[in-house]
Amino acid sequence: MQQLLPLLVVIPLGAAFLIPMVGLLGGKKEWRISEAIALLATVALVLVSIGTFFCPSAAVWIGGYQGRSELLGLVGSGSAVEVPNPGSAPQRGVPVQEVVPGSVAATAGLRAGDVVVGWRRGSDTEMRPVQSVNELRRQNATLEPGEQLVVRVLRDGQQRDLSAAAGKSVTGIAMFGDGLTRLLVLMISVVSFAAVLFSLSYMSDYTMLALYYCPLMLMIAGMNGIVVSGDLFNIYVFVEVAAMASYALVGFGVESEELEASFKYLVLSAVASGFILLGIGIIYSLRGTLNLAQIADYARAAQPNNALWLAVAFFVAGFGLKAAMVPFHAWLPDAHPSAPAPVSAMLSGLLIKASGVYVLARLVFNVLGVSLAVAHVLMAMGALSMVVGVFLAVGQWDFKRLLAYHSISQMGYVVLALGVGAEVLAKGPAGIPAWKTVGFLAIAAGLFHLVNHAAFKSLLFLSSGSVVYRTGTRDLKKLGGMGQKMPLTSFFARIGALSISGVPPFNGFFSKLLIVIAVVWAGHWLLGALTVFVSFMTLLSFAKVQRYLIDGDPPASLSGVRESPLPMQVAMGILAAACIGLGVLLPLHMSGLLAPAAQSLFDQLAGYTKAVFGG
Amino acid sequence: MLHAVLPYVLCILIFAIGLYAIAVKKNLVKVIIGVMLIDTAVNLFLVLIGYRVPLRGAAIAPIITPQMGSSRQAVSELLGNAVDPLPQALVLTSIVIGLSVTALMVVMALRLHQKYGTFDLTQITKLKG
Amino acid sequence: MRGMTLIVKTITALLIGFILLFGFCVVLTGHLTPGGGFAGGVILAAALLLVVLAFGADALKERLGHNLAVVWESLGAIGFLAVGALGFIAGTFFAHFFAPKTGFVLFAAGSIPYLNVAVGLKVGAGLFGAFLMLAAFRETERAGREEGD
Repeated sequence: MQQLLPLLVVIPLGAAFLIPMVGLLGGKKEWRISEAIALLATVALVLVSIGTFFCPSAAVWIGGYQGRSELLGLVGSGSAVEVPNPGSAPQRGVPVQEVVPGSVAATAGLRAGDVVVGWRRGSDTEMRPVQSVNELRRQNATLEPGEQLVVRVLRDGQQRDLSAAAGKSVTGIAMFGDGLTRLLVLMISVVSFAAVLFSLSYMSDYTMLALYYCPLMLMIAGMNGIVVSGDLFNIYVFVEVAAMASYALVGFGVESEELEASFKYLVLSAVASGFILLGIGIIYSLRGTLNLAQIADYARAAQPNNALWLAVAFFVAGFGLKAAMVPFHAWLPDAHPSAPAPVSAMLSGLLIKASGVYVLARLVFNVLGVSLAVAHVLMAMGALSMVVGVFLAVGQWDFKRLLAYHSISQMGYVVLALGVGAEVLAKGPAGIPAWKTVGFLAIAAGLFHLVNHAAFKSLLFLSSGSVVYRTGTRDLKKLGGMGQKMPLTSFFARIGALSISGVPPFNGFFSKLLIVIAVVWAGHWLLGALTVFVSFMTLLSFAKVQRYLIDGDPPASLSGVRESPLPMQVAMGILAAACIGLGVLLPLHMSGLLAPAAQSLFDQLAGYTKAVFGG
Repeated sequence: MLHAVLPYVLCILIFAIGLYAIAVKKNLVKVIIGVMLIDTAVNLFLVLIGYRVPLRGAAIAPIITPQMGSSRQAVSELLGNAVDPLPQALVLTSIVIGLSVTALMVVMALRLHQKYGTFDLTQITKLKG
Repeated sequence: MRGMTLIVKTITALLIGFILLFGFCVVLTGHLTPGGGFAGGVILAAALLLVVLAFGADALKERLGHNLAVVWESLGAIGFLAVGALGFIAGTFFAHFFAPKTGFVLFAAGSIPYLNVAVGLKVGAGLFGAFLMLAAFRETERAGREEGD
């Protein structure tokens, strides 16, 4: 795993930067070589992602140390305050609120309620007054092996000296792969392979293909980087890389509508990134570290204070916008239809998941800890997105815009399931008796629906692209009878439509069923009924799509339409096979794909730090 | 205590002005300036949280000079007075990202002007529903 | 784009060497002094911008045009990835494959100076390419307007 995780980022980045140099050659040769590079890169990514299933979970530290962290582990008020001392003069010190178990401070014997009034290094002779927790952290970080840091604490009116001998704290940037990473990397690789295969024939009308494949590879690199990153700021950088590639791709065919959509998307996404960075700044100033596992260490010991709630609120707002949750969904119905079809498939099928839902899930479950407030917010956002998305989608006549609104709705399903799982885990034994089973089921159902949505939504977008390629329009009122003119495309589109509506034996049925079961078992009858109702409305909407797109007779204006070229069919075939396979073969892949992914979220804080630091 | 909070208040103020510009203003260029203001405010916030109260004297930049020597005493002195260098690295990355986003926005605004002939947002509304 | 007056052209021709030298110095000593890849790259880009502004983009299209920006940008990025991949020789990704010497010499700090050079090339070429893209707009706008009149 040590070698595979960086490869996931290096392969697409290398391809992304070889392609512009090739593009300088110009002409037909430029197209073929850049297409070949992109195709080779995505095939290599699929192989690497399958390879990650054969390696144990591991963390790669770039530029730093491996092994157990030696945190100072003190949570106290920031700077020194006056502390009354019965029996003598008041002193200045830092009151200790919490001590992280297993950390340096805990092994030294510090307890909550102590007041640290002074410190000295092993070779100093006199005590220095302590100014802040950060100062102690700095001293702890630079101790030589075997040297001691002696702190003087005030406990129950008495002063005592406690000595701590620390190693060096972690200084590297972590990349980490566990079950959830493997599932998402496989999803990203397969869908991007299908999209690149599709682009081979779809983009033949456009010029300057090097300008298309380069941002596409950058987007794949960014999404892979988000998923394997173990460091908070690294996640932000890769989110930005993927987002910037997507801004360029949304406005690729530079018509006026596409530019307007791209500009709107850009501005909203830039504001969301600002919020995310503010949240990261707050967490760094509170915890002194950016490593996800170390933040999880602190979260195990300490109760969140108000500043941390503010950071969580910023994260929910920022990543909620990236995931197109309902108060923040306004960019998606303009941006996703305007992009070329394979790019729409990747945006809707991968980007809103990798840079939105995945990061939110990782932060809430593994890093900051589940809590009732956050769980309720997630459930509310999910439910709202489901309902608003599907109601706005039913009335659409533009095929791709309809698909984009359904993306909002289906992401609402996933976030609702994750929110229910978080709520059940937060309540713990005080809630329903079978809380462990229900929590695991809810998380697994949400992740299963995530993967399914990637499969069928990309399939639907690719089939819409196939229709646009041949007919030049995506208005449902003008289309009709594709079942006769383009039989293969309509076959695949029908598979996609049935999957998203939740018809057995396709994958959508099983994941929606599991979500409804989990929600109802957790005690939320109304939400369960709402989920079923939204599923019914989705079926209604796609019945309309099938009626107007596939069935019926073709209008006179579309009489000369043929089937689309072979690479498009193969790409759609791969995704359709995934739809059927994920549904029918559920008992086979359940324990290999889904259960480890759900387990890594279910294990929450303790499991994550154990997996990163090795126990 | 107010003097410690005042820089953060300034930071929030700049963020709010940027948000106001994005939400209210109709000119594309003013929206771009609003996004730049938000980026500036967030970078300022990141730099501010790096400040560490010095042990003695004034806070210095965390740079090791050749004159300092490499004894433990000198490193201790540096550590005691220097501010945190990590947020500065974060800000450098963030400035680069902000620069790329601004460049992309400017190019898009220029292209929009080419297509629509105006920078007015109320007239650039072909996408509806 | 037309160039500027003779005075500007002469002064630019005299100064350009120093500006580029300063930019390279900032890039190369990034592990010793403040600066490094990004800041030095911006200075390099500014130097190239100065040349294009002073002499006009049309006169320099073959030697200092879009192709140069694309090639050097890609080479910089591939160099960065190559240094990272070469780290596998020493163990993990991005490990220092030259033993990091300490002290204030030019070749201290392992593979960081090479990363600085790669980033400096990429940023310089990238910003220069972005400026050329923006400058090309004014060309098409002006041509369009002249045509319409």
